[in-house]
Amino acid sequence: MIKLEPRGERSTTMAYLSPLLAAFLTMLTGAILFTVLGIDPVDALITILYVPISDTHGIAELCVKTAPILLCAIGLSVVFKAKIWNIGAEGQLLMGGLFGSFIALQLIEAEGFWVLPLVLIAGVIGGMFWAGIAAILKVRFNTNEILTTIMMNYIALNILLWAVHGPLKDPEGYNFPESALFGDASLLPILIEGTRVNFGIALALLAVVAVWVLMSRSFYGFQIKVMGMDAGAARLSGFKEKRLTYFALLLSGGLAGLAGVGEVTGPIGQLIPQISPGYGYAAIIVAFLGRLHPVGILFASLLMALLYMGGEMAQISLGLPLALTGLFQGMLLFYLLACDVLIAFRIRLKPKKAKTLQPLATETQG
Amino acid sequence: MTLLTQTLSLPRLTLRGISKQYPGCLANDDIHLDIAPAEIHALLGENGAGKSTLMKVIYGLVKPDSGELLWDGLPIEVKDPAHARKMGIGMVFQHFSLFETLTVTENIALALGDDAGELEALATKIRTVSERYGMAINPDREIHTLSVGERQRVEIVRCLVQNIKLLILDEPTSVLTPQEVETLFVTLRQLAEEGCSILFISHKLNEVKALCHKATVLRAGKVSGECIPAEEDTTSMAKLMVGDDTPVSTTYPKKLGSSPLLTITALDLPSDDPFGVHLRNINLTVNAGEIVGIAGVAGNGQEELLASLSGEHLCRDGKTIRFAETEVGKLPPDKRRQWGLAFVPEERLGRGAVPEMSLTENALLTGYLTGMVSKGMVAWNKAEAFADDIIQQYKVKAAGRNAQADSLSGGNLQKFIIGREIMQNPKILIAAHPTWGVDIGAATAIHKALIQLRDQGAAILVVSEDIDELFLISDRIGAICDGALSPFKPTPESSIQELGRMMAGDFSQSTSEGSASQ
Repeated sequence: MIKLEPRGERSTTMAYLSPLLAAFLTMLTGAILFTVLGIDPVDALITILYVPISDTHGIAELCVKTAPILLCAIGLSVVFKAKIWNIGAEGQLLMGGLFGSFIALQLIEAEGFWVLPLVLIAGVIGGMFWAGIAAILKVRFNTNEILTTIMMNYIALNILLWAVHGPLKDPEGYNFPESALFGDASLLPILIEGTRVNFGIALALLAVVAVWVLMSRSFYGFQIKVMGMDAGAARLSGFKEKRLTYFALLLSGGLAGLAGVGEVTGPIGQLIPQISPGYGYAAIIVAFLGRLHPVGILFASLLMALLYMGGEMAQISLGLPLALTGLFQGMLLFYLLACDVLIAFRIRLKPKKAKTLQPLATETQG
Repeated sequence: MTLLTQTLSLPRLTLRGISKQYPGCLANDDIHLDIAPAEIHALLGENGAGKSTLMKVIYGLVKPDSGELLWDGLPIEVKDPAHARKMGIGMVFQHFSLFETLTVTENIALALGDDAGELEALATKIRTVSERYGMAINPDREIHTLSVGERQRVEIVRCLVQNIKLLILDEPTSVLTPQEVETLFVTLRQLAEEGCSILFISHKLNEVKALCHKATVLRAGKVSGECIPAEEDTTSMAKLMVGDDTPVSTTYPKKLGSSPLLTITALDLPSDDPFGVHLRNINLTVNAGEIVGIAGVAGNGQEELLASLSGEHLCRDGKTIRFAETEVGKLPPDKRRQWGLAFVPEERLGRGAVPEMSLTENALLTGYLTGMVSKGMVAWNKAEAFADDIIQQYKVKAAGRNAQADSLSGGNLQKFIIGREIMQNPKILIAAHPTWGVDIGAATAIHKALIQLRDQGAAILVVSEDIDELFLISDRIGAICDGALSPFKPTPESSIQELGRMMAGDFSQSTSEGSASQ
């Protein structure tokens, strides 16, 4: 009989090992899956995990894909530390893309260094606006943010679809649901000539550093952590719960919005219906996989971006459906949650014995 | 003494070499114990000595790693609590497991399971049993309408409606007024005379001396001694409990202040919680340089009063609470701290300290107003220095300032929290249950720190359920009952009996002894 036994204290080793173990188990399950499908598992895993980044072009694409995931995830790490479960990075990303596109289309003829910052700020405001609605609902009416943010993802998507089929549609676009191409002044500059690597990845890395400083050095970050770990202690110490909730949600919304506007002004260059293949959802997995720590999140974002590229590669060269990406994401989260149990518990193999009842009273020994 | 029965019959329960290892702590180490029929046996020991683990072993909640149990002379393995109940073992926990919205009968029926039978018959049985043992209970009342003392009766009656041979009581008097304790003892003596064995777990020596025939003392998981309480004095038993090197009792000179620092005027505050207590017309003054103690049975409005003082629950009128001349009733906790309030909450893990954070971070938790934050950034070196200072001055046993708060023992964490609050030089200190669950050594250190702060001119308000503690450190004393405060008087003019009456809600001043009236 397998028994889970409390460790008594949380194992730090296991906290770091768990994501690696989860990644390993995901690969293993993937390999089994490919074998069952009649595909050589080694070949398949190489196709998914190595081929996409086997050349410089691939590595450049990895950076392009990493940027939005990293921006969303680093923002989520702040709210999640506060134990506020913002599942709405996807919607906030879409709103950021929409707001940014709106401004970019107004300034399509404009020239000057000020255009891009204005567009980016509009995107940030879009994300903050969308997260802000959830924040107001939570603070004023105690609404569960998991439900509101999820539901607002769908609203955001539909608003975006409406805009791209309606007011923001390119009048000269033969009725395709696309906006006009943005002006050059609204586009993120390319960092490495000949690739698609743009300023977005620099913004994402900047955000990582900023959040790192916020959470480890600033008193605001400290208060957010305390609020998440022990709301009673935060209240008694006079920390402003409502203000912190607004701050954390607006920050994560703003960064998701930046991710969105970074997509439309970066690799895409116009507003289209599919600006995100679920980056906002993937970022949730990334945030936890990275242990809510900036460095961990950076690595987890790279892995997640690779999975996106691997899924496409598998579709092209192995003829597998693109749903593979979602499958791997799901398995990763599933195994991570399962392995996280081992942080607080250890597995004990025991000979089968008479069943023992769990203690009725929840008192500690002593 | 029931010497005769002891020599003639086998012990009802014998423990032989019971050991239980928890991760990081040997809770029970080779424990031997005999309980005879009709004997009231005390299991004495400080918090953390292993009493709770041992009784859980007897009740089948915890499996010992080694050792055996003999029941009426025969070896037995108690599989689970249901099995223990079948054997005739009943247990009353320190924290009751009752459903607030169900009646007494329904609660007992739930606990008995299949053995409960018809509810009406059970109700009759409850009534008979409770009357027989002098513990009047109406079986049809819902639990939330009962006082804590009455709830305990429900738990005891639950054990008595079955055929009981051994009753285990875990710190039963901690929730009772002195008068209720007397009533409980009458019941327990009656039970014992009828042949039931009683295992009475406590750390209150006076009670053990008054009630128990024999005592087994535990220290750090081991039996440190056995004695006949009637033949010992409390000091010698205390030495068995805590070892020789800890000072066990001291007295402190009493002082009275004259300039009010904390004034509560006509505070009426309805509770947000449907099962909470409404505060009714609270008036209280705490002067600079004195300790005022509030006694009371848990759940009589202490939490609500403390929340209104800390600023967690704001008053509608700022004037109702004043620090010196400043109206603070509507100020949030940080503004009150800025004024000079320090606060030691009841829960030290959670509220008092964040369990998963280091001591440095926990020092910053309330110390942030003392220059540890500049321009929004934390000066971690200052927080570290502050944590080191607390650890050193208050002799906190910890692996260092980076140790997680929940890795400390209760007493050491409490010393840390008290130290953190006192070292901010507060003008007003409010402490809830400052030594609850703390060993005697740490309790003495905490008391000394409070007295020292008082002598520096701070106003201190202590809320506690431990009457002995309140008499020890308070300069003025009173009680809270059902959201109202009794009149307060200088401690030397009060008595345990009088305070007990006030805890029960009888606030009349003149007593039969004819003591001071105002």
